[in-house]
Amino acid sequence: MKRVATVILGLVLGALALAAGASTAPGQTTSLTIYSGREELLVKPLMERFTKETGIALNVRYGSSTALATALVEEGRNSPADIYWSQEPGTLGLVGARGLLARLPQTTIGKVPSRFTTPSRRWVGTSGRARVLVYNTNQLQANTLPASVWNLTDARWKGKIGLAPTNASFQAFLGATINMHGESRVRGWLDGLKANGVRFYPNNTTVVQAVGRGDVEVGLVNHYYLYNLLAQTPDLPVRNHWFGDGDPGSLVLSAGVGIVSSSTKKAAAQRFVDFLLSKTGQRMIARGPGAAEYPLVKGVLPRPGLRPLASIKGPKYSLGRLSTDLTPAVTLLLQTGYVR
Amino acid sequence: MTSTAAAGSAPGRRAPRLLVGAATIVALLAVVPIGYLVVRALSADDSARALAPLSTTIELAWSTTVLAFGVVVAALLVGVPFAWLVVRTDLPGRRVWGLAASLPLVIPSFVAALALLGALAPRGLVQELLEPIGVERLPELTGYWGALVALTLATYPYVYLLAAAGLRSIDPTAEEAARSLGLAPAAVFRRVTLPALRPSLAAASLLVALYVLSDFGVVSLMGYATLTTGIYVRYESLLALESAAILALALLALALAIVLVTSRWRIRGAIHRSTPGAGRTVEIVRLGVWRWPALMFCSLVVGVFLVLPVGVLIWWSATADPITGRAAIAWSAAANSAGIATAAAVAAALVVLPAALLAWRYPSPVSRWLERVTLLPSALPGIAVALALVFLGARIGSPVYQSLGLLLIAYVIRFMPYGLASTRASLDAISPRLEEAARSLGRSQLGATTAVVLPLARSGILAGAALVFLGTIKELPATLLLKPVGFETLATEIWKGTSIGAYSVVAPSALLLIAIATPLVYLLSWRSAWELGATD
Repeated sequence: MKRVATVILGLVLGALALAAGASTAPGQTTSLTIYSGREELLVKPLMERFTKETGIALNVRYGSSTALATALVEEGRNSPADIYWSQEPGTLGLVGARGLLARLPQTTIGKVPSRFTTPSRRWVGTSGRARVLVYNTNQLQANTLPASVWNLTDARWKGKIGLAPTNASFQAFLGATINMHGESRVRGWLDGLKANGVRFYPNNTTVVQAVGRGDVEVGLVNHYYLYNLLAQTPDLPVRNHWFGDGDPGSLVLSAGVGIVSSSTKKAAAQRFVDFLLSKTGQRMIARGPGAAEYPLVKGVLPRPGLRPLASIKGPKYSLGRLSTDLTPAVTLLLQTGYVR
Repeated sequence: MTSTAAAGSAPGRRAPRLLVGAATIVALLAVVPIGYLVVRALSADDSARALAPLSTTIELAWSTTVLAFGVVVAALLVGVPFAWLVVRTDLPGRRVWGLAASLPLVIPSFVAALALLGALAPRGLVQELLEPIGVERLPELTGYWGALVALTLATYPYVYLLAAAGLRSIDPTAEEAARSLGLAPAAVFRRVTLPALRPSLAAASLLVALYVLSDFGVVSLMGYATLTTGIYVRYESLLALESAAILALALLALALAIVLVTSRWRIRGAIHRSTPGAGRTVEIVRLGVWRWPALMFCSLVVGVFLVLPVGVLIWWSATADPITGRAAIAWSAAANSAGIATAAAVAAALVVLPAALLAWRYPSPVSRWLERVTLLPSALPGIAVALALVFLGARIGSPVYQSLGLLLIAYVIRFMPYGLASTRASLDAISPRLEEAARSLGRSQLGATTAVVLPLARSGILAGAALVFLGTIKELPATLLLKPVGFETLATEIWKGTSIGAYSVVAPSALLLIAIATPLVYLLSWRSAWELGATD
């Protein structure tokens, strides 16, 4: 037993030593803590570039946008975070509505089109993500695709539609549509899709993969998943289809960033926000490896081959409204049995 | 020389204060997330309550129960025969089979589910292999059956490990006596071996059921709605924290019901060893021609539950991702994982001892409830435990919040039930008379415990520590929220890749995870076999 005890003691001490070593922060003068819902593999080069240009060190906590937003809510005024960078306008809106994000200056907000921010100035969009219909090019001709998302309840699409009901972008699309067209019409549409045998998937990537395999012919997703998968499987028989002008199915959502109210380093935090909206930052976000999102600042072009953002005439909807529009959407999804 | 009295009870004796105090402090740890959820659920307003109506709660509780029951049955059907073959027969290559049976524990369940989906999809890898013989399409493996298969993969090793430990530590004399009285081998197994295994099987069933209750990765990928997916959906929609808490309390109630059922099952007809045990060699069953079906059974289990997912991982790591390129091997993350998982395993093994000793030796309503409360948090999805500690930790602030210490506490809360259940199972097999004998020979209470009881329960304690280690090393939701910034583990490395579908990043880290745990699992099975004098 003695030898076992010695071994155990050694292991514990070793682990503690390891712990002490790991928790020692690098001795930088200024540093910011970022809660990032954007994936590390995609944004790390951008973070490093910021530190190189400004000398401000970044402690980045990566996680899902919603988990980090929940953490911000639970931390309240005690949050160690200075910046919240999210994939979703909905989570930004909800965190902002609780007063946990500080107001941004008008000059920052003014850099992006007004629909990608909120009148309360709590957050600003950093890249655009369009809602699209992906379709299997072996099974369907482009000219047979529906002009409106409402048409998906036609018998023609029975058993051929896939979507991810727990996906935050789908829920945002639904919330915006409820706001614009009323709850009963959206409820009728959801019931109609269900009667049409719509198939559910855990996330957007699996929807696009299912369309690629031909399990379903079309899927409701964001535009960039396709490019991510095409990079891995160039002959994937899937393309994006945009619904008609003003159709709710053509909504353009955005990722966005806000400064946490309780931050004591607001000046440095502002520099980070400005960097994301600078030409360098926008280019790295929109055209980095695997990236296919839309830059929102004038003068920065999206990746080649992507339909120009200006030509997508989405519905007239300000994303700032999602802070109140998301609840009805989730409630409706629960009531119609899309999620349980 | 077996005693069928209820467990190791010493009715009427008062438990030492120190033991009660220590067990209470540990139970308080478990109360942290429970208390947090109660506070959250109580603050629910009408709109939050509307998001968790009773009908939905009952429906989800039912689908969760059905899945948990199915997985427990499947895991027992796979794990018990496997353990018997490895421990009690002359199956060729027993040690390797034993290792292979334990290894799926290391594969994070969402990775296993991804790999199974990748391999068994209608047009997945297996279909590609079968294409030449004319298989165009495999049936889709999703929903209830998909979840059942993936969760059986993830949990049958608990049954295997605890059943194997039980088979090694039960007293062979009872079986010999039964045989000498004319019972056929099958009857001996059914009437003597199986009842003697009951504490181990009850403990394993409990762990499997709690695992299923808390699992999110598998059920979400397989598209099967449970209380946990319901909780996640509500957390994801942010505004509904309170409605998530309501469902989490329903989950806790279900977990409590399972704890009560399995403890009843365990107590009924417990059988103790009649001797301290070392030195008795269990008679090995000669399989003869039965070795071929036995080998087929083992090959099938290991083929589907280990070779298939690992094969997919190797396949993935061989294909470089055009976006991120080939991933470097995350050595520092591996060191972090091993270090913190070791610390969590040791800490959990130590902190559960008071509760286990108390429940075993001084059964009373108090000791029973201390044990039950300690078991409950492992039924919660990781996000609920993590947010409780976020809530509490942020209010304490630095240097506690987002420190390794708090992360360690999260691991202990989440996984100490694995240590507790395993330790209890091995204590239950020890006759209290042995401790009494030590006392009568002049040993103090503490002396008798350390000199007699703990060494006998060693295999259970070690198995428990190993289970905590394996649980910790693949834990994700609490790790992401509570780890110090920059402290990467293999699980967070794997998550980085899965979150953008870069499987070539996932695979090397997952394989490294398996590589780290292999020696531990091997050492464990080898050590206990050697100590108990099993011939091999």
